Amino acid sequence: MEQAEVMLDLLFYIFSAIAVAGALGVIVNKNPVTSAFCLIAAFIGLAALFIQLDAYLVGIIQILVYGGAVMVLFLFIIMLMDMASEERRRFGLGAVAAGLLVSVVFVVQLLRVLGDYSPGSKVLGVLPADAATDVEQIGKLMFTQYYFPVQVVGVLLLIATIGVIVLSKRELK
Amino acid sequence: MEVTLNHFLFVSGLLFAIGLAGVLVRRNVIVIFMCLELMLSAANLSLVAFSRFNLTESGGPDYNAQVFLFFIITVAAAEVAVGLAIIVALYRAKQTTDVTQINSMKN
Repeated sequence: MEQAEVMLDLLFYIFSAIAVAGALGVIVNKNPVTSAFCLIAAFIGLAALFIQLDAYLVGIIQILVYGGAVMVLFLFIIMLMDMASEERRRFGLGAVAAGLLVSVVFVVQLLRVLGDYSPGSKVLGVLPADAATDVEQIGKLMFTQYYFPVQVVGVLLLIATIGVIVLSKRELK
Repeated sequence: MEVTLNHFLFVSGLLFAIGLAGVLVRRNVIVIFMCLELMLSAANLSLVAFSRFNLTESGGPDYNAQVFLFFIITVAAAEVAVGLAIIVALYRAKQTTDVTQINSMKN
């Protein structure tokens, strides 16, 4: 039991490291294709963290939708644009300074807030074995309490599809 | 050291900060868009963490947050499709993906 808990904590650090390293890779690499693959690594690390938080459905959706569909779309667009010759210039110094400053201020602020946040010291325990599975619970909620939002999301997807078709036309008559 | 809610929130905030830095630093519009996706996912992590640590009477996580997350992922997927279509249209009009070159609205 003790050994298993140490193992789970170790896995948290490993997957967080994968996610953070992937995220850093996205902004450091000059080649957009390398950035895209680093982003896939970051999404897989995030999905592993979701699964560690007992959100199995969300973790799998994260891998399927983000790691699969969205990233294939990104790579496809990168391939269409052939931008190998474009990324030769260096980053602007002002932009790098601004990005570093904003994110460091954000992280310092976050650390201060988390330091004062007393519910934040709850330990990740083990769920009771008789708790219902998350797919069942989420499905029940989605088709009872959140049924109207589900339909609105369906309409949104339809609008997005039509919008993409209109935008992709060569010229509007 | 035992893993607590703060650990997950910190990782989430760190990923969000990295994505924010990427949006400010990078000039390629596609990489900026990737960083936006990263920020969305980072926010999702804190939602899942709050859902898992805020146990209901039945002993399970609060699944309302996970339904909300489902909607976020759906909207993000729609956003990616529309955004990439806009980027392709922009590339067709300007022949560039560098945001500093796209400045016809400036002045």
